[in-house]
Amino acid sequence: MTGRASRLAIVLLVVAVVASVCSLLIGSRWLAPASLWSALTDGSDPSAGIAQARLDRTLLAAAVGAALALAGAILQGVTRNPLADPGILGINAGASFAMVVAMAGFGISDLGAYVAVAFLGAGLALILVHAVAAAGRDGATPTTLAICGAAVTAVLASATSAVLLLDRQTMESFRFWQVGTVSGRDLSVLTIGAPFLAVGIVLGLLCIRLLDAAALGDDLARGLGRRVGRDRAVVAVAVVLLAGTATALAGPIAFVGLLVPHAVRALAGPGHRTLLPLCLLGGAVLTLLADTVGRVLLPPAEIQVGVMVALIGGPAFVMLVRRGRTVAL
Amino acid sequence: MSTVTPTLEPSIVAVRSARRRVARRTAYAITGLTVVWIAVFLVRITQGDYLISLPDAVRIIRGAEIPGASYILMESKLPRAVLGTGVGVALGLAGAIFQTTLRNELASPDIVGVTLGASAAAVFGIVVLGQGGPVISALAVAGALGVALTVRALADGHNGYRLVLLGIGISAVMSAVIQYLFTRVDEFNATTVLQWLGGSLSNVEWRAIGLFFALAVPVVGAIAWRSKVLRVAELGDDLRAGLGAGPGSVDALMALAVILAGLATAVAGPVAFVAFLAGPISRALTGGRTRLVAAALVGAVIVVLGDHIGAYLLGDINLPVGIITGAIGAPALIWLIATGRTTRGSR
Repeated sequence: MTGRASRLAIVLLVVAVVASVCSLLIGSRWLAPASLWSALTDGSDPSAGIAQARLDRTLLAAAVGAALALAGAILQGVTRNPLADPGILGINAGASFAMVVAMAGFGISDLGAYVAVAFLGAGLALILVHAVAAAGRDGATPTTLAICGAAVTAVLASATSAVLLLDRQTMESFRFWQVGTVSGRDLSVLTIGAPFLAVGIVLGLLCIRLLDAAALGDDLARGLGRRVGRDRAVVAVAVVLLAGTATALAGPIAFVGLLVPHAVRALAGPGHRTLLPLCLLGGAVLTLLADTVGRVLLPPAEIQVGVMVALIGGPAFVMLVRRGRTVAL
Repeated sequence: MSTVTPTLEPSIVAVRSARRRVARRTAYAITGLTVVWIAVFLVRITQGDYLISLPDAVRIIRGAEIPGASYILMESKLPRAVLGTGVGVALGLAGAIFQTTLRNELASPDIVGVTLGASAAAVFGIVVLGQGGPVISALAVAGALGVALTVRALADGHNGYRLVLLGIGISAVMSAVIQYLFTRVDEFNATTVLQWLGGSLSNVEWRAIGLFFALAVPVVGAIAWRSKVLRVAELGDDLRAGLGAGPGSVDALMALAVILAGLATAVAGPVAFVAFLAGPISRALTGGRTRLVAAALVGAVIVVLGDHIGAYLLGDINLPVGIITGAIGAPALIWLIATGRTTRGSR
């Protein structure tokens, strides 16, 4: 690791720890730092319930953020598309539509089944968006991909609300989840999702070599002995695992996968060997901070993490487009 | 003096016949669309789960009282058909004006976030301020204008893909705001808000329709008065300036289009993809010429027909018209991208 990258890693680690502690302390009822330990370990402590709920959402936020940031980074790397993000490319929308259909149409309520359905939806949306964009005259350019993603998101959103209007009960459980939130979920959710996230993260980190080769373009990558089609398939599987699980756990959250890789690349350089691990940390930091700030911004209500991230991410996306670097990565 | 039939040069004859062919094609298209719109309108008010014969419908509208039929026609079928026409015309006009002046088929108000801006402002008014009626219209227009000005300032004169991408970014922020507001309403209002967010003509009263037409008709009139600019704007900035139309005249037309989109959104919610679809469909029918009348008629046909399908496709369930237009519009958008028809004016 270069000096800059290792310095960034240390800073991100410190910030992640501080953000986690803040996430445990801050909320509609603040916990005193001194009483935190007893609240977490001693079940009879009056604050134990709050501390446990906060611990759950802190872990969930960190896991989801890390997964989405890594998914964004490998997606941007393999397609050389700076606008790639599971949210923008319609992957999260695919996962959530599949879940709504499963909930309303088949009465599925088991979380393990949710995750599987989310994978299916995410994978189909990924394939659909890329197939449509690739069919265009100019091929799958970043711009056509982003527009296809927006179109697929639009049609899926319209289909999702049709299903919700048909089924009031599903709407009640879904409308809070649809925003992208980490609150009100207990740890059992994360234990079901964790194995999938772990596989996705390992697979993502194994992509380092192939991503560095892909950065040189398809022809050079082939010259270096890579099988481009197989590489893309590996990345697609990792992205589906990461984004599908994250969506199943916390709802569709856009822009984490867009923002974090760009910020890390700007600070530590484009090599994937440093980029991917730093994205894991950076994604966790972003969602933790967004979730914590969202709790105190408009009391007594909470602003969900998905909304917070979009409020930061939208302007960042605009900046990225305005800089005109829509092709070069 | 003997009358001499002037013999024309063959080239002049060729030009004249070509021009006549275009004019004839446009006239056919507009006549045909008018007929289709009338047919769709009549289907909307007479067909469905409760059939009303046409003579009965005429009698009811002229004041006769037929138990049952009167109520259904006057309180449900007719207002929806009338409002659908109005909203379709407004969105069709707004879309065609955007696409023509920006010279980009993707740059319609619904894709660059103008209608989402209007609905975010309107939902804010409904949910947080507890308002209704004219206040919502004003807020929606303000939201639409705000987003339009923001996107435009950010795009910095690049009307191609950059504008579209910026619109997508702004739309994402707007829909995050809407989603947040959506979680703040109670269970009863949630269905209403969701219906409205889908773009819906149900639950609309005559007063709201009256307000919409009172506000929209002057705007449409102003557009008709200014519409000549459009034919020059279509040629690009340089030619337009050379032909003596200043940038202000185009801006005024765009502002009118934004206001129209905002008004339509205030009364019916963001009916997806009507503004985007009306322009290209009408151009295909008129043989490549942008005619605002044709775009407006296409918009009206799409909305009234979509509302009819949504109301009666699934038995008792009243699907918002926006879900139907979204289901038609998104594949059309994808097809447009896939066939590479959007490369015009890219950059």
